[in-house]
Amino acid sequence: MSTAGSLTWFAQHESRLAWRDMLSMLAAGRRGRERQIAVGVAVFAGFMHVVAFFALGGAGRLGLHPDLPTLLTITAGALLSGSAMLSQAMESVTRTFYTRSDLELILSSPTRARRLFAVRIGAIAATVSLMSLLLLGPFIDVLAWRGGLRWLGGYGLIVAVSLVATALAVILTTSLFQTIGPKQTRLAAQIAAALIGGLFVIGLQMAAMFSTGTLSRLAFLRSHYVLAHVPDIHSAVWWPARAALGDAGSLVAVLAVSLLLFLAVTALYAPRFANYAVAASGVSHGSARRRRGSHTLRVRTAAATMRHKEILLLIRDPWLMSQSLMQLLYLLPPAALLWRSFAFGGHAAVVIVPVLIMAAGQLAGGLAWLTISGEDAADLVLTAPIAQSRLLRAKIEAVLECIAIMLGPFVLGLLLFSPALALIAACGIVASAASAATIQLWFRAQAKRSQFRRRHTASRIATFSEAFTSIAWAATGAVAAAGSWLAAIVALIAIAILAGVRLFSPARAR
Amino acid sequence: MRQDECPAALEIKGLRKRFERPAVDGLDLHVRPGEFYMLLGPNGAGKTTTLRMVSGLLRPDEGTIAVFGIDALADPIAAKQITGWLSDEPMIYDKLTPLEYLEFVAGLWNVETAVADARARDLLQWLGLEKHADERCEQFSRGMRQKVALAGALVHEPRLIILDEPLTGLDAGSARLVKNVLAARVRAGGTVIMTTHILEIAERMADRIGVIAGGRLIAEGTLDELRGRIGSGDASLEDMFLAIVEQDLTAA
Repeated sequence: MSTAGSLTWFAQHESRLAWRDMLSMLAAGRRGRERQIAVGVAVFAGFMHVVAFFALGGAGRLGLHPDLPTLLTITAGALLSGSAMLSQAMESVTRTFYTRSDLELILSSPTRARRLFAVRIGAIAATVSLMSLLLLGPFIDVLAWRGGLRWLGGYGLIVAVSLVATALAVILTTSLFQTIGPKQTRLAAQIAAALIGGLFVIGLQMAAMFSTGTLSRLAFLRSHYVLAHVPDIHSAVWWPARAALGDAGSLVAVLAVSLLLFLAVTALYAPRFANYAVAASGVSHGSARRRRGSHTLRVRTAAATMRHKEILLLIRDPWLMSQSLMQLLYLLPPAALLWRSFAFGGHAAVVIVPVLIMAAGQLAGGLAWLTISGEDAADLVLTAPIAQSRLLRAKIEAVLECIAIMLGPFVLGLLLFSPALALIAACGIVASAASAATIQLWFRAQAKRSQFRRRHTASRIATFSEAFTSIAWAATGAVAAAGSWLAAIVALIAIAILAGVRLFSPARAR
Repeated sequence: MRQDECPAALEIKGLRKRFERPAVDGLDLHVRPGEFYMLLGPNGAGKTTTLRMVSGLLRPDEGTIAVFGIDALADPIAAKQITGWLSDEPMIYDKLTPLEYLEFVAGLWNVETAVADARARDLLQWLGLEKHADERCEQFSRGMRQKVALAGALVHEPRLIILDEPLTGLDAGSARLVKNVLAARVRAGGTVIMTTHILEIAERMADRIGVIAGGRLIAEGTLDELRGRIGSGDASLEDMFLAIVEQDLTAA
């Protein structure tokens, strides 16, 4: 048994909490569902292996001495995964500072808090690794099966990238803490995390769109322009790519460098974490935000009151706003494409329709959760002398208003280019947003707005069905934009998904 | 109209609610208009469940609830129009100011703008929140949040005010302010039903006290009537409460 307060003791404590937290998340808070969880994970892993099998084609046959475009493609893939890992790690580091749950107990105890924080940094690296292994592991397995065991080096590369991503996340977040202080760091770090997660892929798409006129990242990476500007094939820059391809020497070098960086950062920064956590805990005692001038009451109808409240709460919560609006970042490449098509008379604007419809579904899902399930004064609303159906309708109207404000300019832009495409996009946006809001209505469960990030754990069916209906409506829009009557069949599939979801929804039992 | 001809502020008959076990088990309760009625009971006695059913937050399995003669189960909207509810956990919006919160509540209860404005400012003044009327609630202490929630429960001037442990976590000064506001409401003709574990407050404020255990009303009356029931003329409410609950446990 390890000594209380030692590194291993903290590691045991943290791993027990993490294990129970993960089980609870997978079981959506219900106990005694271990068997279902195991079956679910196995089915997911099987499904991912099938996806990997069909997605990879002949990639497993790549040799140990690939050409420059292949090395560049693998490096870009590693950077893409790395940016997602960095984003996830930054969020976890921020949470370590600001989640008070047991910090006050530990910081007030006579143990060395730096040990706990060292363990927590390690736990972040482990979590980031695990998530990536779960998603990318099946692809590595399929490559190893088809092309030889050397491909298992990919696992080593994932571990190395996650160690580097965690180290960078610690450096970036603590730098933010030092420069802008604890009050602004939380929001800034979360926005930075989301930007880092999305900007690499968006940047690639934007570059691809301006150089090749498509949204294809692969075409861009293999273009003569890029190949002329990257380092020589023998450069150390390609070691990670070579490690992924099974070159043992490169793998050992990459793992050693990343481990050294991670250990150095942990040793250097863990002792500072306690100070940052204390500073973060004092944030809520800061000065109050006061309205300019005294507010004069203006009582509206109950439904208008509800809509006004929902929009006000959303506007005033920059964190929630950033979480919701981050999805709009992904609209930048299609917006640029629209501008380019409009300016140069291309036909690629058709691509924008499904992207807008998809974004509408995803945005509406998040906003509908906030307004319907994330009602912080549920008792007050339930005891109000007004039919609950009217209040729910007002909440959904608020969601649709927000969607209209956010996506309206894109549809108007499309209208200048093609009225028919604008009409298809508008119809698709309404259908997709209404479907997502309806699903949230069927699966509503009382929660706090602050639990927004964990909303997906409440119901897996709701999460997946929301994504599937958005995809189905986006596909409908794409087929309709291409001028095919088959769009009607795809629309029927979307409706069928919605009807199927209704069968499993708790609303049916109410 | 004579007092006994007025409909009861709250009339509960045969109320039952079962979760994994019966939470409320055939409860009858009669609260008169203009009365400060204190509902006491040990943890898990069914007090909160009862009040949540009266407020329309839970649907009973059996029984009837009438608020000033309005069948709260058949016409919940009409009953809610004259009822105010406050729980022990203040549910307010962090990103709204107290005035904006009261504006929201006034909108839900359809209070006229000028009336709502005057009442909101009066309430915030009585509760010592006027300096914070335009600050967002996110920085407020628990006591301040509870006072904002109380203002919300009163801004539509309900005839029946239901409060579940409203003084939990309040400091002495805040608790006194809340008690003063409630006492003023009763003096103005309002009816208050309140649960509390602070028996000293029940002893000082209540017109009548109901003791509930195992989902049933096991004793009811004024302080003197309850003293008479246990046969001790100078017993404190704490002594009486413990004796009544003990008697009930022994009888069961």
